[in-house]
Amino acid sequence: MFSLGIHIGLLLVMPPLLIGVINKTKAWFAGRLGLPLLQSYRDVWKLLRKGAIYSQATTWLFRAGPIVSLAAVLCAGLVLPLAANSSPLGFSGDVVVFAYLLALGRFFTMAAAFDTGSSFEGMGASREAAFSALAEPALFLSLAILCLPARSATFADAFGRLPWTSWGFGHPAYLAAALSLFAVLLAENSRIPVDDPNTHLELTMVHEVMVLDHGGPDFGFILYGSAVKLFVIAALLVHVLLPIPASGGWRGVALFCGGEIGLAILVGVVESVMARLRLPRVPQFLIGATVLAAVGLGALLYRGAP
Amino acid sequence: MTGYADFLLLVVAALSLSIVATSRLTGCVRASALQGVALSLLPLALWGGALDRHAVPVATMSLGALAVKAVIIPLLLARAIREANVRRESEPFISLHFSVLIAAALVGFSFWLGTILILPKPAPTPLLVPMAFANLLVGFLVLIVRRKAVTQVVGYLMLENGIFIFGQTLVEEVPFAVELGILLDLLVGVFVMGIAINHISREFEHIDTELLSTLKD
Repeated sequence: MFSLGIHIGLLLVMPPLLIGVINKTKAWFAGRLGLPLLQSYRDVWKLLRKGAIYSQATTWLFRAGPIVSLAAVLCAGLVLPLAANSSPLGFSGDVVVFAYLLALGRFFTMAAAFDTGSSFEGMGASREAAFSALAEPALFLSLAILCLPARSATFADAFGRLPWTSWGFGHPAYLAAALSLFAVLLAENSRIPVDDPNTHLELTMVHEVMVLDHGGPDFGFILYGSAVKLFVIAALLVHVLLPIPASGGWRGVALFCGGEIGLAILVGVVESVMARLRLPRVPQFLIGATVLAAVGLGALLYRGAP
Repeated sequence: MTGYADFLLLVVAALSLSIVATSRLTGCVRASALQGVALSLLPLALWGGALDRHAVPVATMSLGALAVKAVIIPLLLARAIREANVRRESEPFISLHFSVLIAAALVGFSFWLGTILILPKPAPTPLLVPMAFANLLVGFLVLIVRRKAVTQVVGYLMLENGIFIFGQTLVEEVPFAVELGILLDLLVGVFVMGIAINHISREFEHIDTELLSTLKD
């Protein structure tokens, strides 16, 4: 009961904080004071209290988009173990469901963007589709690296077999998986170098452009959903990098929260020191991540599991 | 200690792939310098446990590789880039996306090669032979697909790095003088190439090498 409460509490409450940490890090690099740390919570709260207006040209898909994508990432968060080695919805083969829940949420965001009939939003959706199609092999190959030693496509088993005593050096494949997952994290959450979350130029937008026509509570769902998505993918990476105890407990919660905030700071640093890649270069970044994960998997298969 | 060696080998392979993926010349040279640093640590990681027996060859190999591959050659190449005034590879013979995929296939091929090759002595870590071949083949790839002389030098360096990794299996047989000789050859080779790059850029105002093949005497 304790761990269930912790899991759901972390999943529901923590995500907007990560956005705040990223913004604070970027502000610190730029020498600004920046938005308050809890601004994302206020934004979501403000939007949830507003009314919504729907264009008459749209269908139920447009209204379903934000709801389904938020529900999908929340389910993904329930499938993935957070501060322990078990999750409320964990079952045998949940790794595949996790990946496809993320894909489902993305699909509905794109479908809602197409539903508006705006060529501008369609362009963003097409870019999102192209990039996520390239990010998916990287995600799956990294998941394969995690699952192979346990011979089981279940998060609880896979995380139980990660060699914590000498992480990174225990087997270099985990380093490849971590780097590849970090690239997936940046790409899936529309962060620099794939997409700039602050930009409002039509030439460069990917994620922002798809959600332009949503307003009120729907947009609140989208903001919150994208924060949850960042939180969930980062949680996967935290499990690869840090020895979260299998039984959880306060030590697990502390390690997990520290890892999440550390990753958010890292994302902020990457955003501050790197420029956005030109659009034709983005596929190369993602292919690179895929190839790195493939090399890691090759090394793991070749040398045998640790 | 093989954990550290495997880690270094994977870093070397990742840097090779990043060289294939980079169009900016300074980026290529920087990655190649980092590769030199990782390679110079490799003998220590592999033979650090038996340092009392191999202290001299291991130390000379490490320091020599560090000095030549991570410091001198990158500086030479950076100078060549500055003087020839080129920034990036505009149009390689094969697009960068596609060459990354080819490189990945080559890495896969070298994993297969590692399983069938019979060595006189077992390698210190099983990843050593496939990674040596991977570096060699990816170096070849860079030599073939790039137009600019600087990146071709980087490809040549990667090729030699592959041989260096492979040489780690024979550290007990090969006298360290041979290793030092190879490093010296490499240095002289890059030096000559640097001069050649300067001459090419002075004559033709660019350092594309493809036109050289049409030269007649």
